[in-house]
Amino acid sequence: MNKLTSKLKGNKLAQIILLVLYVLITSLSLYLAQASVTAFLLLLFSLLLLYYTELPDRLKWLIAGVVLIGVIPFVSSTGPGYQSYMEVATVVGIYVAMALGLNIVVGLAGLLDLGFVAFFAIGAYTYGIFATGQAANFMPFGTFPLSGESFWIFILIGCFVAALFGVLLGIPVLRVKGDYLAIVTLGFGEIIRIVFNNLDKPVNITNGAMGLASVKPPEIFGYQFVYPNQFYFIVLAILFLVILAVRRFEFSKIGRSWKAVRENEIAAQSMGIHLVRTKLLAFAIGASFSGMMGVVFAAKQTFVDPTSFTLLESITILVMVILGGMGSVPGVILGAAVITILNLQVLTEVTNYLNQLSLDGVISFPEALAPAKMQRFIFGAILIIFAIYRPQGLIPSKNPVFDEESLKEGSKKHRKEKITVEPDKGFQA
Amino acid sequence: MSILTVSNLTKQFGGLVAVNSVDMAVEKGSITAVIGPNGAGKTTFFNLITGVYQPDNGNVQLGSTSLVGLKPHEISRHGIARTFQNIRLFSNITVLENVMVGLHKQLKAGIVGTLFQTKKVREEEQLAKEEAYHWLEYVGLAKHLNEDAQNLSYGAQRRLEIARALATKPKLLLLDEPAAGMNPRETRELTEFIHRMREDLDVTIVLIEHDMKLVMEISEQIFVLDHGEKIAEGKPAEIRNDVKVIEAYLGKSAVTPA
Repeated sequence: MNKLTSKLKGNKLAQIILLVLYVLITSLSLYLAQASVTAFLLLLFSLLLLYYTELPDRLKWLIAGVVLIGVIPFVSSTGPGYQSYMEVATVVGIYVAMALGLNIVVGLAGLLDLGFVAFFAIGAYTYGIFATGQAANFMPFGTFPLSGESFWIFILIGCFVAALFGVLLGIPVLRVKGDYLAIVTLGFGEIIRIVFNNLDKPVNITNGAMGLASVKPPEIFGYQFVYPNQFYFIVLAILFLVILAVRRFEFSKIGRSWKAVRENEIAAQSMGIHLVRTKLLAFAIGASFSGMMGVVFAAKQTFVDPTSFTLLESITILVMVILGGMGSVPGVILGAAVITILNLQVLTEVTNYLNQLSLDGVISFPEALAPAKMQRFIFGAILIIFAIYRPQGLIPSKNPVFDEESLKEGSKKHRKEKITVEPDKGFQA
Repeated sequence: MSILTVSNLTKQFGGLVAVNSVDMAVEKGSITAVIGPNGAGKTTFFNLITGVYQPDNGNVQLGSTSLVGLKPHEISRHGIARTFQNIRLFSNITVLENVMVGLHKQLKAGIVGTLFQTKKVREEEQLAKEEAYHWLEYVGLAKHLNEDAQNLSYGAQRRLEIARALATKPKLLLLDEPAAGMNPRETRELTEFIHRMREDLDVTIVLIEHDMKLVMEISEQIFVLDHGEKIAEGKPAEIRNDVKVIEAYLGKSAVTPA
């Protein structure tokens, strides 16, 4: 095995061929054996393989695009499992975007946020209220529900409203640090949910625990988005923008100031970094990703109620970030995908399989060990195993590598005539 | 002309008066040392100047602007940089990025520019890398640019702190025990380096130090603190023979033989 990997290293052509072969085989098996979850998962796995190839970044993006836009929807489209596969892929996309948002707050800026789902809820309610008749209860003008075409603007509105709430919550919350910050954000997450749960009196804004039903589906030029396979492409497009944005922020002045604040607040301040502004920016940008996906979520479910936004959701997103690798974009994407697929597909499939076995009388489980109960147990066990063997996450975060030669040349123009620099001797005069 | 003027500066922590009505004037372009036994209030004094603590009383002036009430990042923008007694680097990011954080306030990139990676932002970022590399060359750490800051040796970490502080282009540089934990050779090199910094960069240097050899060798003016009070100030030769200073450092019996 070692021999094989060492042979593959540096041989890009072989890597491409193997990758294409892998995608072909998995897609073919999915195409032919439609009900096979395994084939679907293996096909998704090709994206991870792609990440580990040594191809140039642009080519990687291209291949990923082909697989995600073309191959996956196409080969799964012919069978009965189509919508459920697309549903899983869509939900994965939603969680990936949220996890990337939380990654900015927790992974880059080092602010432990246990109420992150609040921003998702804000996004969902922003669209939910105006895309149902609900808004008519308190809006003095306009006709509601707004048409499905407003969805596209609401993605932006959801983004800004969530960012605004990120700042509003951040101002009081960021006075405390560390463990206390975690507790206060936990409280805020719950407050938002409870407010949504009770905001049906005196003015009915959120319709309380009843939730908002029949949210208008997105629409463009008369074409309606109703099924998961349609939402899949919306999510994919937003996700692409989110990843692009995260990458750009991470390796910029802003990203550096987040990391500086994470590493040492006092030193960061003494370098001229505005502590509060930097933290608020992390909160706002992280929240905005969540807000966008909240809008999509509301449109996809066509139903919004407070029970979708519990503490458990916040924790799940945090687990995705930590399991994937704090501060690592590819890690967090993988973490979110692994957790979502585990929860939605693998564990439910395993439970179904075991249930079937016990129904058939092949094995019998005592009441206390019923497969449905075991599901959470297995999930917990997997988390513990990861925590022990991959404490840095599935793909630990990496620092950028700078090219010394180009900097050497460029640094000359910063020398004043007085300064004499003998590289690497500076101190040992 | 004095660049830093401190008058009647006082700071209390509960019942403890950490800094007690200290007056001080630091000449522009000078190298000044603040010495005193452990717990004399030297680091508190630095923290008061850099805004980490707010003084209970008194004034700190840089040139003609008062620094009282300003936040640490604002004070940094006025041109004061510092290093820390217990090294405070950004441990998990690279050496080069540590220095680039020092360039923070001179970079203009905003949210929109970063998102769209405008030409201006890209050029600015490239220049920042080059300038940061230049400071690494200056302190002799250029080879280590891609290492995590936490993996540097102790002496190298101290140098990196200085490079990071220099990147902010300070008028006044505060060094908190720069020679702590260094061997005699490293201390000698540091002494020469501090001299060179002053010559090359037109920077005024104030340092806290326990190594008397270094202090006596490089400082033009020395302030002595004990129990939060200034007990002496003067040129090295004067301080060396000051009865109060000897008493504070060596104990009373050393001054008045039994």
